[in-house]
Parts: sequence; C-alpha cells; structure tokens
Amino acid sequence: MRSNRLGWILLAPTLLILGLFGVVPFLYIVWLSFHQWNPAAVNPDIVFIGADNFRRLVFDAGFLSSLGVTLAFVFFAVVSELIIGYFLAQAFLKEFPGKAFFRTIHTLPLIMAPIIVGSVWKLMTTPSIGIIPHLLDSWFGCELNIGQSAVAAFTVVVIMDIWHWTPLVTLTLIAALVSLPPDPFEQAQIDGAGKRQIFWHITLPMILPAVMATVFIRLMDALRIVDEVLMLTGGGPGSATRFLGVHIFREVFPRTNYGYGAAVSVIVLYLTILVCWLLYVSMLAPRATKKG
Amino acid sequence: MQRQRTWLILLFWIFISFLTLFPIYWLFVISVKPAVELFATPEVILRDAYWQNYIDVLNDATVRGYMLNSLIISSCNAVLVTTLGFLACYALSRFDFGGKESIFFWTITNRMAPPAVFLLPLFLLLTQVYRIGDFTLLDTRIGMILVYCTFNLPFAIWTLRPTVDGIPKELDEAAFVDGASPWKVITEIVFPLCRPGLAVTLILTWVFAWNEYLLAATLTNFRARTLTTGLSEYITTTGTEWGIMAAISVFTLIPALIIFSLVQRHIVAGLTFGAVKG
Repeated sequence: MRSNRLGWILLAPTLLILGLFGVVPFLYIVWLSFHQWNPAAVNPDIVFIGADNFRRLVFDAGFLSSLGVTLAFVFFAVVSELIIGYFLAQAFLKEFPGKAFFRTIHTLPLIMAPIIVGSVWKLMTTPSIGIIPHLLDSWFGCELNIGQSAVAAFTVVVIMDIWHWTPLVTLTLIAALVSLPPDPFEQAQIDGAGKRQIFWHITLPMILPAVMATVFIRLMDALRIVDEVLMLTGGGPGSATRFLGVHIFREVFPRTNYGYGAAVSVIVLYLTILVCWLLYVSMLAPRATKKG
Repeated sequence: MQRQRTWLILLFWIFISFLTLFPIYWLFVISVKPAVELFATPEVILRDAYWQNYIDVLNDATVRGYMLNSLIISSCNAVLVTTLGFLACYALSRFDFGGKESIFFWTITNRMAPPAVFLLPLFLLLTQVYRIGDFTLLDTRIGMILVYCTFNLPFAIWTLRPTVDGIPKELDEAAFVDGASPWKVITEIVFPLCRPGLAVTLILTWVFAWNEYLLAATLTNFRARTLTTGLSEYITTTGTEWGIMAAISVFTLIPALIIFSLVQRHIVAGLTFGAVKG
C-alpha cells in the first residue's frame, strides 16, 4: 500500500472544516452550558456555575411546555405518516396505468424547502386568504383560525408535516415491500392465513428493519422541525407550536442568556443523539446478524 | 369487474395527487392576484393572471441581491462539498489507515445534529473566535458556504462512498505502476468514472443549500441574506404582502422543481443517508 500520508492529506480539508464548524461548536456549547454568561446582564463575565443551568432547566415552564409540545407533535406526525405511508405503499404495489406519473407527483413535496412548505400552508390556512377556513366555514359552519386557536394551530402543523413527509415513508416502504420474496406469502395463503395474520406474522417482521430505519429518520427530522413552524405560526398562538428548535430560535437566543441557551441546546442535542443511536443500532443490527 | 377496480384505483390516486398538488397550485393562485382581490371570497378557479407581483419582485434590488446570494452560496457550497467529499471518499476507499470507518461514521453525526442547537455556538464562534483582525465570517457569503459544509459535506461523503468503492482498485494500481502521480490518477482515471455519482451529489447538495433557512436567518443580516430568509421578512411586518410573499416563494420553488425532474430517482436514497434505495 502506498503511504498513508497521502490519504490523510486528501482527508485533511474535510476534517478541518467539519472540525471547525462541527466539533468546535459542539465542545464550545458543552463547555458554555456549565457557565453563566449574559453580555447584557450586570455581570457580563463568564462565570463557572456547575450544573446550575441544568437545574434551572428542570423547573423552566417554558422549556418543559416546549418539550411536551415537541414530543406530542413528533408522536402524532410520525404515527400518522407511518400508517398513511404504509397504505399508500401497498396501493402502489398494484399495477395501474400512470403509476410512474402518480409516483412522481407523490414525491414532489420532498424536494420543497421547509420554509416554502410553511409559506404554502400559511396561504392555505390564514383566515380570509386561505381556502381551508373558507370551505370549513361555508360547508360545516366551523371556524378555523390558526392565529387564535391552539388546537387548530397544532393540528395544522401536524397536517402540514404529514403532507410534507408521508411520501418519504411511502417510498421507503415500497422499496422494502418490493424486495420481499413471494414464497412465504404463497405458503401462508395455502395454509389459509387471513390478511391480518399475514400482515402481523409475515409482512411486518420482514419489513421491520426498513420500518425502523424510516421511523428513526422521521423521528430525527421531526424533532428538529423549525423552519415550517416559524413561517406558519411563529410558534404561537401562545406556546402551542413552540417546538424545541423554535424555542431556541425565538426565546433563548435573542435574550443573550448564552450560558442557559447552551444548556437548552445541549439537552436538545442529547435527545437527538439518543434517537440517532437507536437508528444506528437498528440499521446495523440486521446487517450484523446477516453476516454472522 | 377488473376494469371497475382499475378505475377505482385511478380515482384514488387522482384524489391523492390532488391533495399533494392543490397547496402548490394555491400558492400560484395567490401569487397572481392583486392585493385588493385577496380578501374577497377565495375562488379556486383562476380567471385572469396578474403578473405585477412577479415584476415587483424582480424590480426589487434587495430581493435580486438575495437571489444572487442564494445562487452564489449554494453553487459554491455544492462544488466545494462535492470536491472535498470526493477526495475524502478516495482516501477512505483506497488507503488503509486506522480508524477510517470511525471517521466515516463520525462525519454523518454532523448531519444528524439539529441545526437549532448549533445556532448559538456558531453565532458566537463566527463573531468572536473565527476572525482575522476586523474581518469576521458573520454575514459573509464565504462564512455561509463554510457553515453549510456541516450538513452537506457528510451527505456528499455518504452518497459518494459507494460510487468510489465501485471503481476497481486495479485501475489505479495499474496507473501507479505506469508511473502516474496520485493527482493524475484521481483526476484522469477515478474522476471520469465517478461522474454520474458526482452529478447527483452536486445537484442534491445544491438543493439542500438552496433550501436552508435557519442558519442563514441567524448568521446573516443583509449582505449575505439568502432568498429563504428574505421570504420570512415579508411576514414579520403587520401588513403582510401576501402576493409578493407568494411570488418569492414561487421563485424559491422553481429551481428545486427543475432539479426534482433530474434526480427524482435518487431523492429517497439521499434523504435516508443511503439506507434505502428508492
């Protein structure tokens, strides 16, 4: 083998950039989360305060409500996307004219910028401009005002996320379902298994690795949702849609309370790492068993 | 019976496609309506198009500046990450040094981290630490190009790795035996063979950089503002200019739509870190 020095030289720019803009910020924020630093306060110095920031976090109503709202959003969005995505993937397995065309249309939202998705749904749901409040009013006589009703705003954000990301679930599940061997299904049908039995005992266990990968990718993305929400509701009304990312952007960051903001960021990062680790394990475990 | 079922399936997919397309269609409808008509009863069918919003946007020097910034930042970033990612993949694929698989997995963690977490440290680093005299990276195009590497470079490495691994090692071994320099091997033998993979990577990283909002919103003020951040400026004021906002949204959307038609097949693999081939 040629000298490894050349290999390191080729890797160096990548490692340098990722180090400066990935590792250093990470170390910096962890270090900062144990300090008190507010340039606008009476004492603008950086003071070491141990875990006080984290202690404060546990009793911070704003942070806790934001955490709760985020978890609720992630739950509703990801579960709905999985169920809808599975049925759409099943529907795509049949042959019908124009399949490729419909598939293209279905993939379309994936390439859209989150901020544009937010703007599209803002135009759909803002009272007096949007078509949805108008139709709901004239057909059912009920009012939809995402600027005032917390439930309405939360629901619209979930629906927007379903609109945006269900196609990803559909496409990954199609890939998983297409690669299944037909034999077990034929055998089960011969043995007289019902549709539900086939799903729970054959289909689901076989596509489970793909489903897990999809779930964790969706979890990770749903946990970091910011752009769409900033555009659509700005985190309001009140704190109904102030997810963790929005909380950092809107509440923590502008207050120049950097030490405390760092602690919030570290917790959010920890949550994401936890999910990523699960993703990593779920993606690697099946591969390892295959090899063994 | 069979025919009836086909019709039902078609009807179902037409309905689903309608749900997907209608919000985008509605964006277009709003963008071609004059402000006075917006607050009348919403109408689904478009009677006549009023293009003034688009003309206004194109005549606005500020928005044109945002477009130029977006174009420069995403293009430079895409070229940079594809080049660096390609070199890194070549190193990871052809050299045998300790911990290279750990490096490979470590890169992807940079992409998985939520950008909101990095707002604060990047802002502080860019304003206070990464500076040469009076020059800081905050609100500069070069700063944004480098910052976007945090999510695009890992992506480039992960999508290019299988491509580079797929080029037989014997090809470059033979060239080395013939006395070619490493640079020559990379540029004249491996690079041409990797072209399709590189094109897909270039295009997808371009879209990701073009679509980015949160980091640009925090790390730029006016000199390096991008189109996505410019868009959000139209809602914060009390009287939102809906038509203009819709027109800018359409301008932001168009490049992504063009690109979508080019790389549709690769989007799923791209969005799942290659875990799923679409």
